[in-house]
Amino acid sequence: MQDESARRVISVIVVNEASVLSRITDLFSGRGYNITSLTVAPIPDSRYSRLTIVTSGSIRVIEQITKQLHKLIPVLKVYEHADLVEKEMALMKFPISENITDIATLCAAYNGKIVNVGDNVFIAMVADEPKRVENLLKIISKYNPKEIVRSGAVALER
Amino acid sequence: MQISGAQMVIEALIAEGVDTVFGYPGGAIMNVYDEIYKQNSFHHILTRHEQAAVHAAEGYSKASGKVGVALITSGPGFTNAVTGLADAYMDSIPLVVISGQVPMSLIGTDAFQEIDAVGISRSCTKHNYLVTDASDLPRILKEAFYIAASGRPGPVHVDIPKDVTAQIAEFDYSIELNLETYKPHVKGNPRQIKKAMEAIAKAKRPIFYLGGGIVNSNAAYEVRDLVHATGIPAVETFMARGVLSHDDDLLISMLGMHGSYAANMAMSETDLVIGLGARFDDRVTGKLSEFAKNAGVIHVDIDPASISKLVKADFPIVGDVKNVVKEMLESVSLINPTKYEAWRETIRNFEELHPLTYHEDSDRLKPQWVIQRVGELLGDGANISTDVGQHQMWTAQFYPFTRPRQWISSGGLGTMGFGFPAAMGVKVASPDKISINFTGDGSILMNCQELMTAVEKKIPVINIILNNNYLGMVRQWQTLFYNKRHSQTDLSVQPDFVKLAEAFGGIGYRVHTKEEFDAALRDAVEKNIVTFIEVIVERLENVMPMVPAGGSLFNMMLLEKKEKK
Ligand SMILES: Cc1ncc(C[n+]2csc(CCOP(=O)(O)OP(=O)(O)O)c2C)c(N)n1
Ligand SMILES: [Mg+2]
Repeated sequence: MQDESARRVISVIVVNEASVLSRITDLFSGRGYNITSLTVAPIPDSRYSRLTIVTSGSIRVIEQITKQLHKLIPVLKVYEHADLVEKEMALMKFPISENITDIATLCAAYNGKIVNVGDNVFIAMVADEPKRVENLLKIISKYNPKEIVRSGAVALER
Repeated sequence: MQISGAQMVIEALIAEGVDTVFGYPGGAIMNVYDEIYKQNSFHHILTRHEQAAVHAAEGYSKASGKVGVALITSGPGFTNAVTGLADAYMDSIPLVVISGQVPMSLIGTDAFQEIDAVGISRSCTKHNYLVTDASDLPRILKEAFYIAASGRPGPVHVDIPKDVTAQIAEFDYSIELNLETYKPHVKGNPRQIKKAMEAIAKAKRPIFYLGGGIVNSNAAYEVRDLVHATGIPAVETFMARGVLSHDDDLLISMLGMHGSYAANMAMSETDLVIGLGARFDDRVTGKLSEFAKNAGVIHVDIDPASISKLVKADFPIVGDVKNVVKEMLESVSLINPTKYEAWRETIRNFEELHPLTYHEDSDRLKPQWVIQRVGELLGDGANISTDVGQHQMWTAQFYPFTRPRQWISSGGLGTMGFGFPAAMGVKVASPDKISINFTGDGSILMNCQELMTAVEKKIPVINIILNNNYLGMVRQWQTLFYNKRHSQTDLSVQPDFVKLAEAFGGIGYRVHTKEEFDAALRDAVEKNIVTFIEVIVERLENVMPMVPAGGSLFNMMLLEKKEKK
């Protein structure tokens, strides 16, 4: 048996039209499924958008989510693949007093860099697999980040 | 042609072959009502409440197999209709419900009678639309009818702002629909069907588990052929009553919470469940882990999401039941119908041990007797609607159904107030049959205003009120599970139902005895006017047998045995 709360990534291709996002989020809330993260953006040169939803549940629950999503009229495709390339971005704001060189080196190891420096604060970014981003955020905590924002995962099946 | 949005609504309804619309006007939908005034291609029936308009459309749809149509205004008109939408959604009834909305320029301003209608209907419709430009209207209405009726049917809601109904645009209803993202799977996979048939041929104690999807797909007669050709016994869900005729030797009866002992035991002892258009819901399965524990499962359904949702299917077949059953019939020779005689004998023994029955042991009439009696007197000649409660379960248990679409009841949502307006819709769709509504003294007061509609439009529904002076079904649970604390279920204080019917111009009868009942029913059928027949019945009768919520099917509370008087 798979762990009840195993993390899953579902990609949904939907017609780009009014209220399609609420149809999807209503389905999750109405049926008691949870959303860890959700990203959405139009697919270039098409009438579709792509959503990447990170959720959790047993195989049974994920199968039900997939089928219920598919039932929504504006949904074209639902992918629930294990074999994905996944990326997530994070932005972090630090007081200017923190060690900017250390932080820049750390971020570089996670496909990141310093993206903005002001009088009192500077901002760094990373873009990597969600697990690795998680990891970095743990390490970085000792540099007293003032704010952190994560983008949520985007994914493409291989 | 260039016409207004309101005219487009009329033209689309005509093009869809709609002959009756149920509705209620108001500010935001007035442009459409103005066009209704000018046309005479279809009837409009003014109900006296929007909820009733939608239930009437449901009854109409269930009896006719066509898409039901209701028309309502914005704000309170729409919110009144929500219960009907939810009811149709739960029971997969194809409807198109069109509501007015405040003008586009006022949307989002908390305007008078503005409510986010599509926001509310999203979770209780198959699909919905807010129309923002009249030039989209022909496509949207055509899609609405198509989506409502195809695949797993359901209600579609179209919300039209008032200025859009006034806007002039091009109307061409011959456009081809291009629903790239909606392609219902109607043909079952032949390899899966073959495998399922082989599994049936190998099974020792198979059982057909027949659901309401068979009625929706008009497959009852194909299913009858399949059952008879295989000799395999069948149970029906509440929604499937009438798929097999009540006198069919292979029909065990209804299963589930108030199903018969034999049906539930057969389901518990089977080694192969053949589910056709049924969805294994909690009122049917009881405790899931104990349901058909040692059985394989074949599950045929048009909705992939219904398959393996609750009970894992070993042979999932996505497709229209009618197509799949036809294909099953082609390889039916694989199955030897004489093979199951011992199994049928086992089931007959269950039936003899605890038959579906009741005791005539009170001074007052027994509600079950009334239902059986109507069955004897009217039988196939009546369509049977119900409200919700004990009377509903007794009707499902005791009425001798002979055909699909004879039985119209709110199964999924269990909506009190459904019966009377639904029975009006049934009568409109099927004028040659008597339209009966078995109702309770609680339920009938929800939507009794429809007496006015029925009188005005001469829709002679016979409402048989099984009056136990209780919200009986809730009272039963209080008796059994709440130590007889009958909290807020005593309906000793009641209207005079006879006068109530008369006040609207209908006819009322109050009956206490069998003779009075027969006379009243005969008179009601003859008079051909809407009637209330109030039958004073035993107050504390319980619906038996019963699987307590969450219990296992084989652990039923049974009717106490008694010596016949
Ligand atoms: C709109 C609505 N409200 C509440 C209920 C809960 N409920 C289910 S059965 C029932 C009692 C119905 O009483 P009555 O119509 O007299 O039927 P009886 O059970 O007495 O035959 C109630 C309150 C419901 N199903 N629908
Ligand atoms: Mg009652």
